[in-house]
Amino acid sequence: MTELDPGLVGEQIAESDQISEPGGTGGEIGRSRRRKEDARLLTGHTRWTDNLVQPGMLYVMFLRSPMAHARITRVDVSGARGLPGVFAAFSGQDFADEQGSLPCAWPVSEDIVIPDHPPMAVSEVRYVGEAVACVVATDRYRAADALEAIEVDYEPLPAVVDMNDALTEGSPKVHEAGNQAFTAKITSGDIEAAFRDAPVLIDRTYIQQRLIPSAMEPRAVLASTDGDGFTLWTSTQIPHVLRVMLAVTTGIPEHKIRVVAPDVGGGFGSKLQVTAEEVLCLLLTRRLGRPVKWTESRSEGNLTVHHGRDQIQHIRVAAESDGRIRGLQVDLLADMGAYLMLVTPGIPMLGAALYNAIYKMDAYEFGCTGVFTTKMPTDAYRGAGRPEATYAIERVMDELAAELGLDPVEVRRRNWIRHEEFPYTTIAGLTYDSGNYEAATDRAMALFGYDKLRAEQADRRDRGDPVQLGIGVSIYTEMCGLAPSRLLGESNYGAGGWEHGTIRMLPTGKVEVITGTSPHGQGHVTAWSQIVADTLGVPFEDITVLHGDTAISHKGMDTYGSRSLVVGGVAVLQACEKVKDKARKLAAHLLECSPEDLEFAEGAFQVRGTDSRKTIQELAFAAFTAHSLPEGVEAGLDSDSTFDPDNYSFPHGTHLCAVEVDTETGMSKIRSYVAVDDVGKVINPLIVDGQVHGGIAQGIAQALYEEAVYDAEGNLLTTTMADYLLPSAADLPTFVTDRTETPATSNPLGVKGVGEAGTIASTPAVVNAIVDALRPRGIHDVQMPCTPERVWRALEGVRR
Amino acid sequence: MIPATFDYVRPGSLDEACQALASDEDAKALAGGQSLLPLLRLRLAYPSTLVDLGRLPELTGVHDRGDHVFIGAMTTHDEVMRSSLVNSACPLVALTTATVADPAVRHRGTFGGSLAHADPAADLPAVVLALDGVLVARSAEGEREIPAAEFFVDYLESALRPGEILLGARIPKLGDGWGYHYEKFHRTAQAWPIVGVAAAVRRSNGSIQEARIGLTNMGPTPLRARAVESALQGAELGDQVRQACEQAAEGTSPSGDLHAQPDYRRHLARVLTHRAIRTAAGSP
Ligand SMILES: Cc1cc2nc3c(=O)[nH]c(=O)nc-3n(C[C@H](O)[C@H](O)[C@H](O)COP(=O)(O)OP(=O)(O)OC[C@H]3O[C@@H](n4cnc5c(N)ncnc54)[C@H](O)[C@@H]3O)c2cc1C
Repeated sequence: MTELDPGLVGEQIAESDQISEPGGTGGEIGRSRRRKEDARLLTGHTRWTDNLVQPGMLYVMFLRSPMAHARITRVDVSGARGLPGVFAAFSGQDFADEQGSLPCAWPVSEDIVIPDHPPMAVSEVRYVGEAVACVVATDRYRAADALEAIEVDYEPLPAVVDMNDALTEGSPKVHEAGNQAFTAKITSGDIEAAFRDAPVLIDRTYIQQRLIPSAMEPRAVLASTDGDGFTLWTSTQIPHVLRVMLAVTTGIPEHKIRVVAPDVGGGFGSKLQVTAEEVLCLLLTRRLGRPVKWTESRSEGNLTVHHGRDQIQHIRVAAESDGRIRGLQVDLLADMGAYLMLVTPGIPMLGAALYNAIYKMDAYEFGCTGVFTTKMPTDAYRGAGRPEATYAIERVMDELAAELGLDPVEVRRRNWIRHEEFPYTTIAGLTYDSGNYEAATDRAMALFGYDKLRAEQADRRDRGDPVQLGIGVSIYTEMCGLAPSRLLGESNYGAGGWEHGTIRMLPTGKVEVITGTSPHGQGHVTAWSQIVADTLGVPFEDITVLHGDTAISHKGMDTYGSRSLVVGGVAVLQACEKVKDKARKLAAHLLECSPEDLEFAEGAFQVRGTDSRKTIQELAFAAFTAHSLPEGVEAGLDSDSTFDPDNYSFPHGTHLCAVEVDTETGMSKIRSYVAVDDVGKVINPLIVDGQVHGGIAQGIAQALYEEAVYDAEGNLLTTTMADYLLPSAADLPTFVTDRTETPATSNPLGVKGVGEAGTIASTPAVVNAIVDALRPRGIHDVQMPCTPERVWRALEGVRR
Repeated sequence: MIPATFDYVRPGSLDEACQALASDEDAKALAGGQSLLPLLRLRLAYPSTLVDLGRLPELTGVHDRGDHVFIGAMTTHDEVMRSSLVNSACPLVALTTATVADPAVRHRGTFGGSLAHADPAADLPAVVLALDGVLVARSAEGEREIPAAEFFVDYLESALRPGEILLGARIPKLGDGWGYHYEKFHRTAQAWPIVGVAAAVRRSNGSIQEARIGLTNMGPTPLRARAVESALQGAELGDQVRQACEQAAEGTSPSGDLHAQPDYRRHLARVLTHRAIRTAAGSP
């Protein structure tokens, strides 16, 4: 184990160990509350979509294309139709007139090509796993057997697997219009001048491998109809967006559709989607008049849950000889897969303004080409665009440091925005409202024992130890709180970025909170309760939070992009303030004073200087009975509020990672990991720690383990967890986490968002450490995931 | 899991079980199901009947038989790794079993299932091979013994005949003066080995008297590293051992897959054999 300053670690552990127990009011914000959700989740009192049963329910299974690219010449489902227990079987043709096209809500450029995307393929398949037919049966087993009785004739077409090949002239085409989905360019400053005669030039290409989001709960959909309206229970992050999109896609009027996200076991972006299965289950229940349910298997999920990352990043830095950056040029190829799904083309663009990261420079240029291939479409995956950007810039900063013989922290210091320079408008045009990179970095280096580890590294190098030590630095910022609606509009996104919150004071003084965000593991119920408890002065236990059902939570933009607290939490806060305003009027009326004479503390309005008071609970009851209300005040103590931020929030932090690389086997082992994040004000430190831990694990997974592999024919080879490796707790070190707290100025809670920070920061920290260990041997890159074999081959390459 | 249809029987006696397997050539024995059920789930196997061996007391437990230990086929990995007899009389089996999968799998998966499945990536076959174990099988025709060296025929193919049930394996006790190690190389804690090396070493006065080495995943069956074994006879710890281990990949034919290409596996075999021998010989 590393030497960690015992005092610092002790403090850290003490803090997260102090878990608050129920009782009392006030002081909730900032307390490490155990999550309200967990007792129910952990004792199996859960409502996963797959647990739900409706009377007369049937089971759906899809027959999926075994070919990456082919014309469908015949689909014969008659063999399935006659089998016992089979209720119906359909081909894509059977739904051709009503299934519409799966939506893409983010046409990022003028030249974008959005191909038709039928939920069930009709005439052509473009990736392995695309649905071509389906069976509806009385149970899953019969449905699976019946799939084997469906005959499909395919006329093979060439697969298009490699992005560079796809763009060469004469490449087989994925779609009639060609393989280019879109191009985008952003320039700021005089890029030519920045690169002209630059004393230092770093030019690198990095590959963001394709990843498969692996939520614990596989996707599942249950659709039912009462003959007039439809209800869709689905394992989704976006019940509200989905409802709108289902209406648009199927033509079923929006008010006839109710979408419910019951308990959802993780998403990481993969359930920020309008899926073929959701549309088809809705259409099947309409056609059959019976409830239908579909649940994917893990292998089916690996094939057909939208994938993440998959970019080739060409990055160039021009710098002065003291390490100061003059200009940055980024050129991306982004693999869209076979179709553009909900926000597919927007993902690389979410990183467009972040390659410059925490650094000041004179010029910046960003270019991106979206490419069609015959693979599963890509879309949002934890971090969405920001991990890619952070990886490339943080990798290249290490290269710059190495080129100049500078310490990697030092080269960053020379370029970063100093804390006194905030708010700072970056070369890419974003205005970072606040931050303190110095504080987070100093803290992280102290916790990590940076100098001591550098000394050990030098010692191992001198001794020629077969196990070399590498130190990885990653100092990141990111963009959360999606998003100011105005800015989304400017980027041609198909919706706004506000969020909605409702407070209902019940007659007995208890509180129902309704949020438009849609938690799927994050702990919103607990955090929102803490906000409401402090703002209204009611006990934490007296608050319940409703969400994830469009019939209950009538307005919302759902959960993704670390937006829930930053936008949705603030909406709830604002709704509380409105309730307080009304309660104040009512209290003044009942206490026969003027509202200004009242002060609010510990859940009660009190006439200043007297002991005459009304608690918020008494006021809720008075508002309910409505026996005596002031002029113009309506019964009930409820309120609604929407919040639309005027800027993004910008969490930042410093992650340091020490990796031991066994140069004989190529195995990399993380020895210590320190994360100091600044996510602004913290509502619940325990939840924040949980998000950071999970995030780091997921980022490490990209660095070391995960990769979706397609062969040259477009077959996915990583369809099981034996092939697609996920780390478990046993593979990860104990993370040392700490925080600095520089409040966001763009929202009244001062919060910044923490859902993705760990993932964004950790991937480059790990790879930088591996490369740092190997650099004296002449190695300056290892492709992710840095498998033992890749590291060994890199070493073999330089041994020769 | 949504397998194709199959029948299920759970015989109460060994004879019945042999009968059930003999009467239907598409029947399969079901032990812990940790290898068979994934095949059913992926519809890579379509057995007509599963013959559950879970109620046959003859197949469970670990027994001291003087010069050897008999480990019943249906003994779970967890029972094997915790057995004091296995730990004292054939520690290599215990310490290797502890590296198999994770606790959940080890509570279901069985010693015999691991051998009968004949997966070259499984950890135990190389151990039983290195220790010159003898497998005992039984069919309607009677019982027979199969030396480990003849048991593993090809990828997922053992010498078991249709209708034969593996009763267990005899593991010879090596006696005093031996050291053991299983060097398993895998990318995540719960993953299968990319390469594994099982080593038993008898050592005296700074040199190695005798060594037995089994290689996991270096070909379609587990293999003995015979060249290294003979080069190690009398080798002194240090350079001589290192040099001997350079021959670890001789006669192997490892496959390539997503986790490793054949040349990398060969390289690993050399490095890991050296580590296994050093650790088994108690020389850091
Ligand atoms: C997630 C996971 C990880 C794993 N990791 C590892 C690992 O790291 N290393 C490792 O070695 N193994 C690993 N395994 C496999 C595990 O050890 C299995 O238990 C073992 O391979 C098979 O044992 P079983 O009892 O489950 O056999 P089953 O799956 O029930 O049977 C396997 C085959 O053997 C036959 N069979 C079983 N018993 C008999 C018998 N007595 N007579 C005749 N035929 C029989 C069956 O008919 C079948 O063909 C892993 C398994 C899983 C699910």
